[in-house]
Amino acid sequence: MSGTARIERRRNVQLRLGVNGEDTEVSFAPYKTLLELLREDLGLTGTKHGCELGECGACAVLIDGEPQLACLKLAIECEGCSVETIEGLARGKELHPLQAAFADHGGSQCGYCTPGVIMTAKGLLDHEPEPSRERIREATAGILCRCTGYQQIVDAIEHAAAELRGERK
Amino acid sequence: MMRLPWFDYRAPRSVEEAAKILAWEGNGAMLIAGGTDLLPNMKRRHQMPQTLVSVRQVEALKKIANGSGLRLGAGLTLTELLAVRGLRERYRALAQAAAQVATPQLRNMGTLGGNLCLDTRCTYYNQNYEWRKAIDFCMKKDGEVCWVATASKRCLAVSSTDTAPALIALGARVKLVSAAGEREIALAELYQNDGIDYLKRKPDEILTEVLLPQPDGWRSSYWKLRRRGSFDFPLLGVAAAAKLAADGTVEAARLVLGAVSSHPLVIKSDALAGRKLTDDVIAEIGEAAQSRAKPMDNTDMDLRWRKHVVADFVGYALRELRGDDMSAMRLRIAKQLV
Repeated sequence: MSGTARIERRRNVQLRLGVNGEDTEVSFAPYKTLLELLREDLGLTGTKHGCELGECGACAVLIDGEPQLACLKLAIECEGCSVETIEGLARGKELHPLQAAFADHGGSQCGYCTPGVIMTAKGLLDHEPEPSRERIREATAGILCRCTGYQQIVDAIEHAAAELRGERK
Repeated sequence: MMRLPWFDYRAPRSVEEAAKILAWEGNGAMLIAGGTDLLPNMKRRHQMPQTLVSVRQVEALKKIANGSGLRLGAGLTLTELLAVRGLRERYRALAQAAAQVATPQLRNMGTLGGNLCLDTRCTYYNQNYEWRKAIDFCMKKDGEVCWVATASKRCLAVSSTDTAPALIALGARVKLVSAAGEREIALAELYQNDGIDYLKRKPDEILTEVLLPQPDGWRSSYWKLRRRGSFDFPLLGVAAAAKLAADGTVEAARLVLGAVSSHPLVIKSDALAGRKLTDDVIAEIGEAAQSRAKPMDNTDMDLRWRKHVVADFVGYALRELRGDDMSAMRLRIAKQLV
């Protein structure tokens, strides 16, 4: 579909993209957002479906390493992109340090915003391994949590960052 | 669940090709860049273009060029814009405005051109289809009446762009390209005070570039009122820029208000020329700006209070230009230092 791509509404689109490191080919209706593609066509329901309008951040995923909102991203514009979702974090049964820290520090209560926060935090830590608390707050400001009061979320990200730097076990 | 309506999709690689497609498709086509404004609107059935013309793959719209001033491609995301070297030092109001748009995730998607062309907003408009149907719609979409002021003959939806007031204060111009040719206009001339026809951009024109003059001794500042430190559209934006002589006398100045009208409101600031930014002068300009501001009861917070703080916010901006240390106030209001 590259170049002078012309996609018609009534035909399914077929395209390739990287999902959690795996080359994936998928066929879907062209009106779908990346969120709908992930949840409905790829069965990856870890990415949450919140406000659908960019007002809550629950659907944040990493697209080519940057936190973006899957609900406002046309799936047809993701051809060739690398998409990382919450499902791609754990290694077998071993949780990613961010996931473990969220469990240990109560960074997650109802859990609905957690995938979005964790993916945004991963995007931050991939670029800045040692962010200040202020920086963590700033980077995760685009996600609403209605349970934790954010304190534990910042704690968890701080601890995960330290562990990823090899300073804590 | 809100699904997007069906659309055909084109992804041209060049501005020329995009312009040709727009000319060919006519009014049924709409441009999409970051999609953070258009896609929510499509989900709520505000806009239902037959064809989406994506400019995401047009590399030319990402260009940054220094020369006599700064040329910024309209396709730069707000995050990319904030990374432009020297932006904070040379065009501070623009950096302050861009850093306060929406959220970090949305700034990774939304573009400079998109923010300049942002649809106007209103409590009675930014709702889903069923909600709007329940009030028999409004003038801006599918209805007859303006529910903000039922006697109003025009739509009162609010201009909610942060970057436009900042760029107008900085003296920016924009380039518009269509299949028929191109033109360059002062950014202030892009807008008009009508919530429906808020842009003078023709439907087949593409906003390709923003052109900033050399800073040449000008300083600038942008202040934004919103309820939260992230997410929210402005309830008031104040952009000020001034060229000061060595002794602090104002040689020239521009003052622009956002979110108190259907277009960025340019405040006549001739009164500043030849004077110093003393507390009295700042108070005088603040009051003049406050009397011009006409916020309507169609966004967040109390209407009278929003008008009441105009003078205060103009004061913060002018004091920052004067060289006062405003960092404590900025942290309190913007929750960040930019």
